[in-house]
Amino acid sequence: MSPSGSMARLEIVPSTFFTPATKIGLSISVATGLYAISYGALGVAAGLNIWQIAALSLLMFTGGSQFAFIGVIAGGGSPGAAFGAATLLGVRNAVYGMQVKSMIRPRGLKKLLAVQLTIDESTATAAGQGDPAEQKRGFWVAGIGVYLLWNIFTIVGALLGDAMGDPKTWGLDGAAVAAFLGLLWPRLKSSEPIAVASVCALVTVLAVPLVPPGVPILVAAIVAGVWGYFGRGPSDEGLEPDIKPRGTREELA
Amino acid sequence: MSGLWWWILAGCAVAYGTKLLGYLVPERILENERMTRAAGTLTIGLLASLTIVNTVATGTSVVFDARIAALVAAGVALLLRAPFLVVVMAGAGAAALSRYLGWG
Repeated sequence: MSPSGSMARLEIVPSTFFTPATKIGLSISVATGLYAISYGALGVAAGLNIWQIAALSLLMFTGGSQFAFIGVIAGGGSPGAAFGAATLLGVRNAVYGMQVKSMIRPRGLKKLLAVQLTIDESTATAAGQGDPAEQKRGFWVAGIGVYLLWNIFTIVGALLGDAMGDPKTWGLDGAAVAAFLGLLWPRLKSSEPIAVASVCALVTVLAVPLVPPGVPILVAAIVAGVWGYFGRGPSDEGLEPDIKPRGTREELA
Repeated sequence: MSGLWWWILAGCAVAYGTKLLGYLVPERILENERMTRAAGTLTIGLLASLTIVNTVATGTSVVFDARIAALVAAGVALLLRAPFLVVVMAGAGAAALSRYLGWG
């Protein structure tokens, strides 16, 4: 183990590379990267072309927001409503940015790269480590690993979706439902998040016949934001990775 | 370029800006408990809303069809602690099967 603080850059030195943080970072990269297959396929089903689907993975690079964008378009919503849903779902990344900054302290160009790699998985991998050098390794390995695999499997998924033809025959609309429930599930760990989710689901159903497609999601977002701002629950509900780094330790053993 | 492209690029720019914001603003602003809590409930509320919209909305009407089967199948898969990709395939399979059997 190298002395803390000496890993300012990600140096691929065999003897120090496979630390606990890098192992967790790599396994979470594979697990997260693979589900870009469903994102790519659903993007095609929503009617986006492969360049648009790829651009979202390369440039937006925050899975929940990307699923939100294509989910709104698939439901007949306007591109503006898709933009709104994706942007609001990305708000939590500002909180992650603050956490990563305090752990990693990147400077210069590396800071601009760290910003783009600030997502649920890289933040959680870093936050799960005690040693500052391990936090840095965890962040960079998970961030770069997820980025590479997410973009590769996005293309794989989009090509698969393209080859599948009519999305309904294969139940791809059902896959979208399952994907959103899968993203929501790990965040429902106590009674308050379950209450928020239930109320927002109800508000959505009530709003569907009243406002244009895509807008019910934004109405639910307002309800959820107001609830959180004026509520009294713990301050970290909902800020959970889609795939938990800690859960992957057994796989590595 | 089409309107959709502009919205995609704007969404990407704002997503980067949101991440950058966390690095730039003084910690005491975002460390405010209310802001952190709102960011958390916002995430939960949006994902719940997106789940339900994709399950029952068709344009501006509420429709119960094969997507309900997908929601139930995904829920069962999650209860059984299936990995994400298996959950997604369970949803797709349930919707496809339900349509094949003539419902939805």
